[in-house]
Amino acid sequence: MNIVALIKQVPDTETQIKIAPDKKNIVKDDIKWIMNPYDEFGVEEALRIKEKFGGEVTVVGLGPKRVTEALRTALAMGADKAVLISDDALEGSDSIATAKALAAALKDIPYDIIFTGQRGIDDDLGVVGAMVADMLGIPHISLGIKVEVLKDENKVRVNRPIEGQTVVIEAPMPVLITAQKGLNEPRYASLPGIMKAKKKPLAEKKLADLGLDPKDFGEGSRKLKILELNPPPERKAGKKVEGETPQEKAANLAKLLHEEAKVI
Amino acid sequence: MAKGIWTLIEHRDGQIRKITYEIISEARRLADASAQDVTAVYLGTSLDDSTLESLGKYGADKIIVVNDPSLEPYTTDAYVEALEALIKEREPLVFLMGASTQGKDLSGRLGGRLGVAVAQDCTKFSMEGEKLAATRPIYAGKAYATVTFENSLPQIATARPNVMSIQVFDEGKKASLEKVNLTIDASKLKTKVVDVIKEAAGKVDLTEADKIVSGGRGMKGPENFKILEDLAAVIGASVGASRAAVDAGWRPHSDQVGQTGKVVSPNLYIACGISGAIQHLAGMGTSKIIVAINKDPDAPIFQKADYGVVGDLFEVVPCLTEEAKKYVQQ
Repeated sequence: MNIVALIKQVPDTETQIKIAPDKKNIVKDDIKWIMNPYDEFGVEEALRIKEKFGGEVTVVGLGPKRVTEALRTALAMGADKAVLISDDALEGSDSIATAKALAAALKDIPYDIIFTGQRGIDDDLGVVGAMVADMLGIPHISLGIKVEVLKDENKVRVNRPIEGQTVVIEAPMPVLITAQKGLNEPRYASLPGIMKAKKKPLAEKKLADLGLDPKDFGEGSRKLKILELNPPPERKAGKKVEGETPQEKAANLAKLLHEEAKVI
Repeated sequence: MAKGIWTLIEHRDGQIRKITYEIISEARRLADASAQDVTAVYLGTSLDDSTLESLGKYGADKIIVVNDPSLEPYTTDAYVEALEALIKEREPLVFLMGASTQGKDLSGRLGGRLGVAVAQDCTKFSMEGEKLAATRPIYAGKAYATVTFENSLPQIATARPNVMSIQVFDEGKKASLEKVNLTIDASKLKTKVVDVIKEAAGKVDLTEADKIVSGGRGMKGPENFKILEDLAAVIGASVGASRAAVDAGWRPHSDQVGQTGKVVSPNLYIACGISGAIQHLAGMGTSKIIVAINKDPDAPIFQKADYGVVGDLFEVVPCLTEEAKKYVQQ
């Protein structure tokens, strides 16, 4: 089995987001970058499938040089090799351009299953996985919380939670699956794993190496233009609910929710 | 030339989903601001004509109906094939869907197919001439981006559930129906629904819930969520949890609210024993009324709360359940 995990590097969940003076970007200094948590579930699932069926796990990342750290983390977890798509012309690319570059890189990598996170926790669009699958002409299943590989039938069976129920979907391989929390508990990289990762192959590709024209990428190529970024709307200072006893506080709160907020 | 505001009718098990009324109402408001018509697309076989016509009162002028057995139940492949054909033939200006699990799944693949951008999970729209501007939370709500589309038609966007208000514009209006015969190439349909596992009856998904009672680390253990469930049962709420409570194994992953869980937008959010880590606040910041019950008067959650109760949740919540009964029974 050849399994690919697509990974993105994002600001840590504890990061305070500051908007840059141009109101088009966030301030990127002092950010602690991590592997997108949903992508980590994808890497873990890829490793588990490899452990069961044999084969090779390739991780593919896209972005500036710092993304190498996230790729090395995946290698330390047990992935076999990594590809970094890195090109100055990519800076500011939107989802379609990103998907195009990833799909181009995947032409040179064998795969039966491709994993990626159900969304990046930075721009929260959650469309790149489906776009890549469509560009490759393969099916995708999103929000996987359980993945069974039916190797003899050359297909996968995936549990996808939707509102109020879980649908079980089958699709033939090759297939792209987006990972949702609950799929697994990602392992930590072990010390020997970290040592080994340093010697594992990490290839760097520029857009030209993928047969792509840099002018189709970057800020200028965006189909989704950012007009401006703003901080979240301020919430008005709230009311402290008074009361001497828990009973009194609860009574006052219920009254406020009924009479003032009109929600109960 | 591209024209018209299109929406998708989301339905399941013969029922129209609530998000459908939200996006049709919003489409009407946008259409009125830009002299466009509202067309809703129905893909499926389970809804009858009068049900579809009645969407007129929420603002739909016309319903495009494609009855094909491959469209029931929803699969990404069949929907994308049908929508690609309709959109290429008729060139709508805007295509709105709900940011439900279905809309999020479909929009990405459709965007990829048509080579256009998608603005996902938007909380506000406006029309400037023929240009749609969409505002959407990013970094799980730690910032808001306002975006527009360039060389990208239709302008595809999804709306966060529970945010756009449902509006009856004309009680008596019936939408006109146009039945379209499409041939959906069966060889393109790769994904297949083989089973459906239903959750406990009556449980409303957090993303669709009108009210949520959530518990965090302060709950001290899984058994104590019973008191939140009791309150939830009285006020008609769903029960959620913080990452701390989920990571401790007290609650299932599907209950998690926050940046790495569900982003929710209920009318009432009651946070019990949740300190308000930034990643949790990010997931519930668009709730209309936020209540915090916490022992620690300095907990960050109080800065986001409309009503804050400093006190022991184990004492306050059961009392609140009793007090709420009085109002619910009225």
